[in-house]
Amino acid sequence: MKDYLLKLNKAFENRTRLGLMSILMVNDEVDFTQLRDLLQVTDGNLASHAAALEKAGYIQVSKQFVGKKPNTTYAVTRAGRKAFTEHLDALEKLLKSQK
Amino acid sequence: MNEHREQLEALTEIRDLMNRSSRFLSLSGLSGVFAGVFALAGAAVAWFYMRDVFFHFPLYAPVEVLTSEGISEFYLFFALDAGGVLFLSLLSGWIFSKRKARRAGIPFWDHTAWRALLNLAIPLAAGAIFCFALLMHGVIGFIAPATLIFYGMALLNASKYTLNDIRYLGISEIALGLLACIWVGYGIIFWAIGFGVLHIIYGAAMWWKYERGAGGS
Repeated sequence: MKDYLLKLNKAFENRTRLGLMSILMVNDEVDFTQLRDLLQVTDGNLASHAAALEKAGYIQVSKQFVGKKPNTTYAVTRAGRKAFTEHLDALEKLLKSQK
Repeated sequence: MNEHREQLEALTEIRDLMNRSSRFLSLSGLSGVFAGVFALAGAAVAWFYMRDVFFHFPLYAPVEVLTSEGISEFYLFFALDAGGVLFLSLLSGWIFSKRKARRAGIPFWDHTAWRALLNLAIPLAAGAIFCFALLMHGVIGFIAPATLIFYGMALLNASKYTLNDIRYLGISEIALGLLACIWVGYGIIFWAIGFGVLHIIYGAAMWWKYERGAGGS
């Protein structure tokens, strides 16, 4: 097995997680509704994948109230940024090697 | 190889999401074309009103002239002409961009629109204050070049948050503004080229690039 294949991160091998990380990489902070609309997934789907990424320490979830409405915002952590960049590099190498 | 195709699709989607979530993409090229047409119409009206200074705009107007009785009529004309162009341009920008967003099925007013507008507004506000200071001191010849330069810098700044083509429009406006600083007498002509001709060219190019295929009228 080539070593770049080992660098492909299992935590990102899913459309929703990949999308979630992509959006957080280029935005400081994004709330739940924006993420859901951009990714076009259900509430439950997004919540469970976000929880998995939070558990891995790749994203930071903060909950607060805007008036009486709960509002959850997401941001990428330093570890998440590093892990995702490595994942993308590995993907790129994989594609180049197959040309 | 199937996995190869899957990974390629993943990369395409990553790029698309990064773009869509951080940039205001609903900006319509048609709004640029219309803004350009309104600016040229505004310049044509100015041509009838002040034909004598059209090709040799004075660099400096003595403060006595700027505070004299007759000047308020000129200010009124200027406010109506420039204000009218600005209002019609913003209106068409709003209408066409909203239409583009509706067709693409994406929200028109979201955090990307707000961020692009804010980053456009900061250099513009600085430019407005600077031009007011020029007027206050009677250095009226530099007002047209200054509006071009500050508008160009505002576009350059906002381009990070919207379609990248805006960056080149911004650079063109800055270059034109600098040329206008050298040939001060032709300020109104440079102004008409910058706000009229350049808007039409870039607006048409952006429409051609992004919107041509997107469903008739």
